[in-house]
Amino acid sequence: MLNRYPAWKNITVILVTVLGILLALPNLYGDDPAVQISENNATLTDTTTTQVEQALNTAKLPYKSAVLNDNRILVRFNDTDTQLRALDAVKKTLGNNYSVALNLAPRTPKWMRAIGLKPMSKGLDLQGGVHFQLLVDLNAAVQTKLQRDATDIRGSLRERLIRYEDVSLSGDAINVTLRTPEDVAKAKTFISTEYPELTVTPGSQPNTLTARMSPQNIQQLRQLAVEQNITTLRNRVNELGVAEPVVQQQGGNSIVVELPGVQDTARAREILGATATLEFRLVDYTGNAVLAKQTGHIPLDDQLFPDKAGNPVLLKRDVIVSGDQLVDAVSGYDQESGTPDVSVTLNSAGAAKMGEVTRENLDKPMAVLYIETKTEHTTVNGQPVLVHKKVYTVINVATIRGIFSNRFQITGLAQDEAQNLALLLRAGSLAAPMDIVEERTVGPSLGQENIKQGFYAALLGFVLVVVFIALYYKIFGVIADLAVFMNLVLTVALLSLIQATLTLPGIAGIVLTLGMGVDANVLINEHIREEVRSGNSPQASIHAGYRRAFATIVDAHVTTLTAAVMLFLFGAGPVKGFAVTLSLGILTSLFTAIMGTRSLVNWFYGGRNLKKLPV
Amino acid sequence: MEFFHKVPHINFLAARKLAMGMSVVVLLIAVVSLAIHGLNFGVDFTGGVTVQVAYPQPADLRQIRETLGTAGYQDAIVQNFGTPEEVLIRLQPKKGVSGKDTGSAVLAALQKASPQVKLEQVNFVGPEVGKDLATKGALAFFLTLTGILLYIWFRFEWRLALGGVAATLHDVVFTVGFFSIFHLEFDLNVLAAVLAVMGYSVNDTVVVFDRIREDFRITRKGTPFEIINLAVNQTLSRTIITSGVTLLVVIALLILGGPVLHGFSVALFVGIIVGTYSSIYIASATALILGVSKKDLMVRVKEDKKVDDMP
Repeated sequence: MLNRYPAWKNITVILVTVLGILLALPNLYGDDPAVQISENNATLTDTTTTQVEQALNTAKLPYKSAVLNDNRILVRFNDTDTQLRALDAVKKTLGNNYSVALNLAPRTPKWMRAIGLKPMSKGLDLQGGVHFQLLVDLNAAVQTKLQRDATDIRGSLRERLIRYEDVSLSGDAINVTLRTPEDVAKAKTFISTEYPELTVTPGSQPNTLTARMSPQNIQQLRQLAVEQNITTLRNRVNELGVAEPVVQQQGGNSIVVELPGVQDTARAREILGATATLEFRLVDYTGNAVLAKQTGHIPLDDQLFPDKAGNPVLLKRDVIVSGDQLVDAVSGYDQESGTPDVSVTLNSAGAAKMGEVTRENLDKPMAVLYIETKTEHTTVNGQPVLVHKKVYTVINVATIRGIFSNRFQITGLAQDEAQNLALLLRAGSLAAPMDIVEERTVGPSLGQENIKQGFYAALLGFVLVVVFIALYYKIFGVIADLAVFMNLVLTVALLSLIQATLTLPGIAGIVLTLGMGVDANVLINEHIREEVRSGNSPQASIHAGYRRAFATIVDAHVTTLTAAVMLFLFGAGPVKGFAVTLSLGILTSLFTAIMGTRSLVNWFYGGRNLKKLPV
Repeated sequence: MEFFHKVPHINFLAARKLAMGMSVVVLLIAVVSLAIHGLNFGVDFTGGVTVQVAYPQPADLRQIRETLGTAGYQDAIVQNFGTPEEVLIRLQPKKGVSGKDTGSAVLAALQKASPQVKLEQVNFVGPEVGKDLATKGALAFFLTLTGILLYIWFRFEWRLALGGVAATLHDVVFTVGFFSIFHLEFDLNVLAAVLAVMGYSVNDTVVVFDRIREDFRITRKGTPFEIINLAVNQTLSRTIITSGVTLLVVIALLILGGPVLHGFSVALFVGIIVGTYSSIYIASATALILGVSKKDLMVRVKEDKKVDDMP
């Protein structure tokens, strides 16, 4: 019989509908403005919760609840104004050891959360926060690696008693100058075996060697550098205590960082952009640093650096231990003097080296060299260029009093210096310097405003469409309306399922798919009308109408999907969000228009003896 | 309710030369405007800084300009954004000051003049990013165009594919030209809207093509001119209803979507209107001029099996 649907199709439609409603449901509850408190190195207890509650009561700031969960305290408020004032109050009470951040806490009921139902997360334009795009200087990563190799080679040659005159870096090549041809042969074998990524060739001068990296190795190193920077950024962002940060690679050499709820952009930028590392080196106490600076005659194994006051210090070229061998760094106070310090823990290789050097150099001075990379914008030939400048400062010179193991203290710092240094060291060093090339800050009130506007636009669009279609196609119009509504529910359900981030352009995408979703229904209904007009029976008209509209609907959807996929592949940020909602909307529209409406039409009209078809 | 109780018999294609001529003239104006004025690119593309602030009372734009001028930002563009209380400031970073610090510096200057000012949004986009965006946008445009060409070619026929591409190109140039002529800001959201217009335009065109193919197959007599005219008339009702409904939604966005989505909605509004026109005139007329005929669209393989796959 015409227009009867097999049971499995009806069941599929019902199942998808129920599942869709269930998945979309969490989005109905909205969010509470909240303040989130976490601590970096310790577990939070109820004492802290009580402390926070007291602080809020004293400041007369009403809150909905304060709950300790997953080692973070979430305090919910009624409005963003109270939330902002509470942020200041809590920060003041708890002090520097806690991370206090703004957050949006979904009001989803417990049972939904228990079975893993979550609402879509909101983009920065809807909840406020900072968006950064950082460009990684990959050439610098290669330079740093070669620099380290050059230092290592120098040390190893000496250890193996291969006599060299100079090991230096020029461009992307390490030039090694040796004393005799025998040394050249020995050095060549040694470097080739110990550094397989370097290709060693005889240099232009006699008794010289040139070591270079192959293009493949350089490519690999670049990718590793980006990955390491991402890891480091994640660590740093975690230190900032942001609610749900996003750190991801974009393109070959860019990293996007999104910090929802963060308002203090200056601090965020400082922490993200800074590249600081430490080196421990011996001081050349036999040389005269002031004289060396004046004459420019620096002993071959030495380098000249300024200390914090700007006075020159002569340090040995060889690095005992550098920042990447560091396991942990905690700021605190020196037990004897009470001055701020940073307690450093090294890994085993670093500890061994440190132990060996301190044993051999007891009662001799050692320096801590602080290396910070700063970026500057300059113009070269009219083109804006970023220049990374390394700034070296000797922050501390102290006499080695004992044999260091894996733990020791760095002193001679101001309190905020100690805190920042500990944070940067703990968060790891960056493999390559980065620069912020894009920064977008959205205030929390603007986010609320955007949500309101997006919501009302969607509502108005929906109401207009629904009323018009119902008037125009009567019963078939109501069925089409149900389909468009289901289309909306299913799109939201899919977006929640993949935990997509909803942005304002994303809402626009949803609104637009409403219009497009109607198209399939219009096609079907126009075809049915046409069949009725040409004198076919009602049942045959329904059947033929759906049959003839089918291919057109598929073609129309596939072509629109082509554009949406391109938008996704090549768009950035907000455009991507738009493309995701548009694509999902197109897919759900295919389902609801073809299967969804047909099952309703068949259920309503199928098998009935119809004289007339009101369409 | 029914707007088209009978299939209308409008001789659309009779006016094809006039319509094509008009389109060519309008497109020429668009291209000339693009060549002379260019586009009023937003910070997304040019790089620079935008600062959006809100005052408790309607903002005095002249005073803000003065304040910024004293602070050394004579070139700042200051305008209202959405409401009289909200102000959008666009500027290029000063030499020697990085773009990132410019936002804070501007806010500090404004707060000094009037302490109640509230920061709503700061955007800083480096020049590298803007260039990258423009390249990617152009790439997305050409790839979408190629994708559409190949799909219609594969599903239909090359003359129709060229007609579809011509119509899509027509809509994009018209929409972008509209932004150039009226000096509207072209930002990332507008780019997204233009690409969405491409999708929409081709959707509309494909529906007409589908009907053209069907009519070529079922009609025994009739010139291509008559058949294409018939197909356009038969789909007219659907074309107008769908475009009308989509326009309703876009109008909702235009009214209530707020200033952020304004450019986006305008681009869609313009794009949908020309998209509807172009699927009637440009797409079908191009195919007709290229000489599409009955034999080009006859069934190549047996396709009757498809009926059983119907849901």
